[in-house]
Amino acid sequence: MKWIGVALIASSLLLPPLIAGDFYINLASQILIAGIFALSLNLLVGFGGMTSLGHASYLGVAAYISALLTSRYGFGHGAAAIISIAGTTAMAACFGVIALRASGLGFLMITLALSQVLWGLAYRMSDVTNGDNGIAGLTRPMPFGISLESPASFYWFALIVASFALVMMAIFVSSAFGSSLKGVRDQPRRMAALGFNPWLIRWITFVYAGFWGGVSGLLYVYYNKYIHPTSLSTTSSAEALLGVIAGGSGTLGGPAVGAALVLLLKNYASAYIERWNMLLGLVFLFIVLVMPAGLVPGFSRLTAQLRRESR
Amino acid sequence: MIALTPDHALEVVNLKKAFGGLVVTQSVSLAIRPGERRLIIGPNGAGKTTLFNQISGDLRPNSGQIKLFGTDVTHLTPYKRAHFGLSRTYQIITLFTGDTLEHNVTLGLLGLRPSRWQMWRPLSFYGDLAIEARRTLDAVGLLHLAAHPVSDIAYGEKRRVELAMALAQKPRVLLLDEPLAGLSNTERSQVKSLIASIPRETTVIMIEHDMDTALDLAETVTLLNYGRVIVDGDRDAVIADERTREVYLGT
Repeated sequence: MKWIGVALIASSLLLPPLIAGDFYINLASQILIAGIFALSLNLLVGFGGMTSLGHASYLGVAAYISALLTSRYGFGHGAAAIISIAGTTAMAACFGVIALRASGLGFLMITLALSQVLWGLAYRMSDVTNGDNGIAGLTRPMPFGISLESPASFYWFALIVASFALVMMAIFVSSAFGSSLKGVRDQPRRMAALGFNPWLIRWITFVYAGFWGGVSGLLYVYYNKYIHPTSLSTTSSAEALLGVIAGGSGTLGGPAVGAALVLLLKNYASAYIERWNMLLGLVFLFIVLVMPAGLVPGFSRLTAQLRRESR
Repeated sequence: MIALTPDHALEVVNLKKAFGGLVVTQSVSLAIRPGERRLIIGPNGAGKTTLFNQISGDLRPNSGQIKLFGTDVTHLTPYKRAHFGLSRTYQIITLFTGDTLEHNVTLGLLGLRPSRWQMWRPLSFYGDLAIEARRTLDAVGLLHLAAHPVSDIAYGEKRRVELAMALAQKPRVLLLDEPLAGLSNTERSQVKSLIASIPRETTVIMIEHDMDTALDLAETVTLLNYGRVIVDGDRDAVIADERTREVYLGT
């Protein structure tokens, strides 16, 4: 049973470039990128109990830094990638100090406010960011001289990065530090009494989540070859948060499933309904009512129940 | 500076704490020798748990001093005090309910070890932690439940997990906040012998209402009322004192 699941997941990841058309391969690439982004947000929301409504900041800033360095200042992709990830992580370090002065709703509002500042800057500082026009005409990197221009080659690239990200985050949450993080989420007072430093644990997680948010931002700008202020908007942050909660926060698979759901709805439903957001809202409502813990925990409970009954 | 042979494991000097206009700790001074077994009694609202919360660092006193082995810890955060050898249990059970008993105790062990910062190695690879956690669970008689989540076990067992988490840390000073609350008679005698078996390296300070059991464990007793120390001294002297009768035991 477990192996069937593994085989299904593996084949659904490996088959797209072999059998599907370009449209679907590209969709699969986007799902991978959104998956990394949702997983990084889930470190905060699911494992840290820190609900952020400003996670798009890290995706957007990493994308903008890379876009500006390669298109305007003549940097190569390698150097631009390193600077963009380092810069985004440093920004997360600063934002974390500010946001972690509060918890719960206060934390959420500070992350929202900080991301709104960046979004506003991206719009208004048009001499740097090109404002509402966005930055177009970007290129994809050529790692080891391999072109990523074709949908299939980019998909393989995204799959490698996403797999690495998933493994790294899986190790992170199962590590001693991950246990500390979950402990601080559940019983911060007790954890402090046991000798853990709750603030530092949260801050390190915040920075780590910012780092992976930045990685997803790089892939995002490579894929689109274009960046616009909307990628920094609250809508982007909220969509990701919706995906995390719908898929199952605090699980590893959940956020990826949720991110895929949001993207599929966006791509398919928007072809038929103009207000696809309404449909997303309804689907979300349905999930919350039927499976409050999210799709992945919900379905695993359902299969466990079915197995018990068939016995 | 840490004195080599400090006279007192815990020293509290003129502690004051008020919540707005409500003065909960008026003026409390305590001096507890290393290895001592101290019982703190007093009617409801006497400020016993508030005193514990100030000693552990959860609450900041308005004035006064708290010293652990001669070092002033008044302004240290709770986690730093834990590294100083201070552990506590809670009156209201504060466990990680979704996790196994073994994991709960492991967190207690991890809290004082540098490996709690380790991010690249799964926790399950630390065999020594697991062994130590299971040994502590064995000591409180819960080894057979090690793999069960806390949410599955009975109330009395949860009380013992509280104790196991603190004991796993091998504290120098242990604060027990009503360790017998809500236990059946059998469970009470189990926990009693457990507390009695705590090694002398650990100074034990306990809040407890069950006088029959607690007095057997205590050597010295402090009676609190309205945030003040009313009587303080050897167990038998405090119990014989008229003020104890008046305030707490009743006539």
